[in-house]
Amino acid sequence: MEDMVHVDRAMSTEQDIKISAKGVQVHYADTHAIRDVDVDIDDKTVTAFIGPSGCGKSTFLRCINRMNDTIDIARVTGDIRIDGEDIYDPKVDPVQLRAKVGMVFQKPNPFPKSIYDNVAYGPKIHGLARNKADLDEIVEKSLRKAALWDEAKDRLTAPGTGLSGGQQQRLCIARAIATAPEVLLMDEPCSALDPIATAQVEELIDELRRSFSVVIVTHSMQQAARVSQKTAFFHLGNLVEYDDTDKIFTNPQDPRTESYISGRIG
Amino acid sequence: MKTSLLASDARTKKRNAAEARFKAYGLSAIVVAMLALAILLTSVLTNGLSSFQQTFIALPVELSAERVDKQGNRDPAEMAKTTTIGYAPLLRDAIVAEVERQGLTTEMSDKDLGDMISKEAAATVRNRVLANPDLVGETVTFDLLAAGRIDGYFKGRVTLESAALDGNTSPEALMIAQELADAGVIETKFNWNFFTAPDASVQRPEAAGLGVAILGSLYMMLVVLFLALPIGVASSIYLEEFAPKNRITDIIEVNISNLAAVPSIVYGILGLAIFINFMEFNQSSPLVGGLVLTLMTLPTIIISTRAALKSVPPSIRDAALGVGASKMQSVFHHVLPLAAPGILTGTIIGLAQALGETAPLLLIGMVAFVREYPAAYTPEAGLFGEASTALPVQVFNWTQRSDPAFVERASGAIITLLVFLLIMNAVAIYLRRRFERRW
Amino acid sequence: MQSLTTPLLLIFALAVIGYFLAKSRALHVAGGDIRTLVSLPNQHALNTALSTIVPPAAAVLLFALYARLTGGEPNWFFSLVILGLGVTGCALSLIGIKTDSRARTYAERWILGLLIFASSIAILTTIGIVFSMLFETFNFFGQYDWRDFFFSLSWSPNFRGNSDLGIIPLLWGTLYVSFIALLFAVPIGLFAAIYLSEYAGPRLRSIAKPAIEVLAGIPTIVYGLFALITVGPLLRDVFAEPMGLGQSASSVMTAGLVMGIMLIPFVSSLSDDIINAVPQAMRDGSLGLGATPSETIRQVVIPAALPGIVGAVLLAASRAIGETMIVVLGAGAAARLSLNPFEAMTTVTVKIVSQLTGDTDFASPETLVAFALGLTLFVITLGLNVFALYIVRKYREQYE
Repeated sequence: MEDMVHVDRAMSTEQDIKISAKGVQVHYADTHAIRDVDVDIDDKTVTAFIGPSGCGKSTFLRCINRMNDTIDIARVTGDIRIDGEDIYDPKVDPVQLRAKVGMVFQKPNPFPKSIYDNVAYGPKIHGLARNKADLDEIVEKSLRKAALWDEAKDRLTAPGTGLSGGQQQRLCIARAIATAPEVLLMDEPCSALDPIATAQVEELIDELRRSFSVVIVTHSMQQAARVSQKTAFFHLGNLVEYDDTDKIFTNPQDPRTESYISGRIG
Repeated sequence: MKTSLLASDARTKKRNAAEARFKAYGLSAIVVAMLALAILLTSVLTNGLSSFQQTFIALPVELSAERVDKQGNRDPAEMAKTTTIGYAPLLRDAIVAEVERQGLTTEMSDKDLGDMISKEAAATVRNRVLANPDLVGETVTFDLLAAGRIDGYFKGRVTLESAALDGNTSPEALMIAQELADAGVIETKFNWNFFTAPDASVQRPEAAGLGVAILGSLYMMLVVLFLALPIGVASSIYLEEFAPKNRITDIIEVNISNLAAVPSIVYGILGLAIFINFMEFNQSSPLVGGLVLTLMTLPTIIISTRAALKSVPPSIRDAALGVGASKMQSVFHHVLPLAAPGILTGTIIGLAQALGETAPLLLIGMVAFVREYPAAYTPEAGLFGEASTALPVQVFNWTQRSDPAFVERASGAIITLLVFLLIMNAVAIYLRRRFERRW
Repeated sequence: MQSLTTPLLLIFALAVIGYFLAKSRALHVAGGDIRTLVSLPNQHALNTALSTIVPPAAAVLLFALYARLTGGEPNWFFSLVILGLGVTGCALSLIGIKTDSRARTYAERWILGLLIFASSIAILTTIGIVFSMLFETFNFFGQYDWRDFFFSLSWSPNFRGNSDLGIIPLLWGTLYVSFIALLFAVPIGLFAAIYLSEYAGPRLRSIAKPAIEVLAGIPTIVYGLFALITVGPLLRDVFAEPMGLGQSASSVMTAGLVMGIMLIPFVSSLSDDIINAVPQAMRDGSLGLGATPSETIRQVVIPAALPGIVGAVLLAASRAIGETMIVVLGAGAAARLSLNPFEAMTTVTVKIVSQLTGDTDFASPETLVAFALGLTLFVITLGLNVFALYIVRKYREQYE
């Protein structure tokens, strides 16, 4: 385990910047949820956001695919760029953006449809398949990538809600990657899962890094240490520290980071 | 396949167009619903507001003794022998004299001039004279109801053209009426009679009022309030606080939610079969109406009362039980007072629903033509046992009559009904706002 | 009934006297120190009052029922029994007052009994409805062949007898009007609910929601009058006459349209509840994949809410079938099997009203048929309700 992490980290240093955020502020009605966050997230890397509850890590994650647009009272200012393009530009259609920046949620939320239709939903609405054979292929590829194919291939027409919690979450991951996103956002994807399912999903996240830039919000420091190459520590809406994961966990620069890691705040 | 986020592709444009269309459907659904409400209210108001005004003719009437008091002894019992028919010539003479005094000329016969006054007016004059025999022999100025067609003319319902085709009036009558109005003899005033007078016969729409209907509705609301509220609250308390969770209570629950959806006319059949045919209560009586409406309103009250009881947190019950109160004491001393605003709101809404209900009342005979104000209690008929009608039924009754003047009356009655409902709902909303408690 | 009023008033007076007697006796037993009592004086008083009044009241109800069933009037014997019950109850509870008697428990038992009685009224109502119609329906089928009632295609009552009393033309009119009503109400109500819950800003919501609720609070007689004086003539002059479809102001279309307006708030408030029960996570999942809000609604929210919406539509249908005043004033009185929506047709409820408010002999089949119609109506609406409520309940459990 230790060795693997080292090898991965060596790879990650050569990556390009995928997402670049400057001076991001978020207000919910009167609350100032995110204060002036600057961060550069690398491509083909797993970046973990950690911090105590209510620190703004999920809020910031939702800024990256503009899911905060769906909340009436949320106001986002500042500059977030993906591949150099400002995603809050009025010309940007959030619908197109979200196809490019997929999201997996805290609780598995499969649609009340069959497993096949769950995965095919994104490609269908975005018109990614020319015909049925294409769609079949996308579904199979996505399910394979999400390590669910072997369990699901014989019951593609069964409802997605009938799967176990861990399978449901992998189905949601398959559903997200079926639209061929470039970035995958994961909002505490394992918090509703048992340890075995968590291990499977973590393994999967490590696989996904080959194809996407993955940003994961997590409550568990161990999980951040296991799956991520870079870690950002949020506290009270501020980005306190952002660095290589092993540096954050072995030699944090900020006393607040150190307190959190050692369990004094949180 | 790198695409820029800044340019939206053809497919996204199409999808956004579909999105805009979908939103437009939603918005137009709301517009249609609100428009329907607006048209409905406008229709009722434009047809009905004029019923709150009524045309009166101010005439000095000579109450000659040989006409109204043939014996000359001023005894009301003797004078009552002169019927309203005996008074009609007095009024006819009065209007003929008035036309002459104003210096107007007309080719109308005296009888036609007399017909400009409502047939109801003779009864008004007679009642005044019987109440005060000293008036006999004097000339008294009365505000007399104008006939329905004359009233219609001043409200724009009757025109010179329509009068030419109408057997009940003539263009000449309308022209004289106009001249009398110019001279200040004919006036349109606020129509208090509309709220106090009883119904009138088919030929006298101008005299028809809601007095009996309002009284009947009031009696029924009292019956509903005094039966449905205690029964509803008691049964909610049992079901919510005491009932064991078993098959029987399950059946009662399903039963109540189904009763709430039984068509109201079925309650009318129940009332007819049980209360009138089997129990032999009086037909058309507010008692039977009230009983039927009580059974109809009970499910509504039970459902809202149970919701109110449910919203009181269990910690309150635990606190009372914790200091040694019995279950019954915890409910009656603590839970019920806290749920009272919710119960009251639900009850008022249930009453409002009952007030507007028509169909079941038709079946228990409340469509009957009733001119006598029902007494709340008589030894013969019992409590609320005298024949009566009700506001919504009066509306229905008037829609069944051919004279278009009754459309105005029916719409006016609707406005009255809606005002009552508005007041009740406003009280309910006020109570909810004032006493609402969030736990 | 009248002869029982006097004993009942006497009992009531006795209960009041008993209340105060019990109170003072309890104090007397306690020797002025109420701490020695197991139950408070008030509880003794309440127990005495209830013991005095409840058994005679129950007896009065039973006697009244017995008198009705046997056709006799309650006589002096009844009065004696009632008075006896009251006096015994009062005396026993007064004698029972001791320092250690548990009056609170007894009083609460009486109250619990009353609560149970109140709950049973809902059941009694249902039984009353079923029996009142079943009894007369049997009478009707004794005079008129049930096969003709259910299968004859003609409805033409005749006060001299020999009437055709087939329900099919009435059912046809009922279903036709209800169908048109739902055709208006379901799309409008559903879209209004969707727009209000998923798109509308707080300003529009604060206007539109109460406006739609006002529609729900308007009595049906108002809608009936609206159909009669506004919608009917308008439809006749604008559509029916120019298109040569009929000259009648009352028509299936008139009643259906107005009933549709009446049902809009019903459909929209039920749909609103049901749509809001779909978890937000489901919407987020779809939006997070880049679906537009309308795609999310059509492909995720509506399919998820479908059972609930079907239930709501069935409930609305049952409302439409049982609605009376709108069809009485808007649909017409002639029984007809026709497809032309601008023709006057009649419904089951219209005929119940007209057969029971006429001057015909009560025992004649022309009057009794109303009970058979009522029972049919009750069975249809009950079936729809039970089914719809079952679906809606199952749907809610799914998301709880």
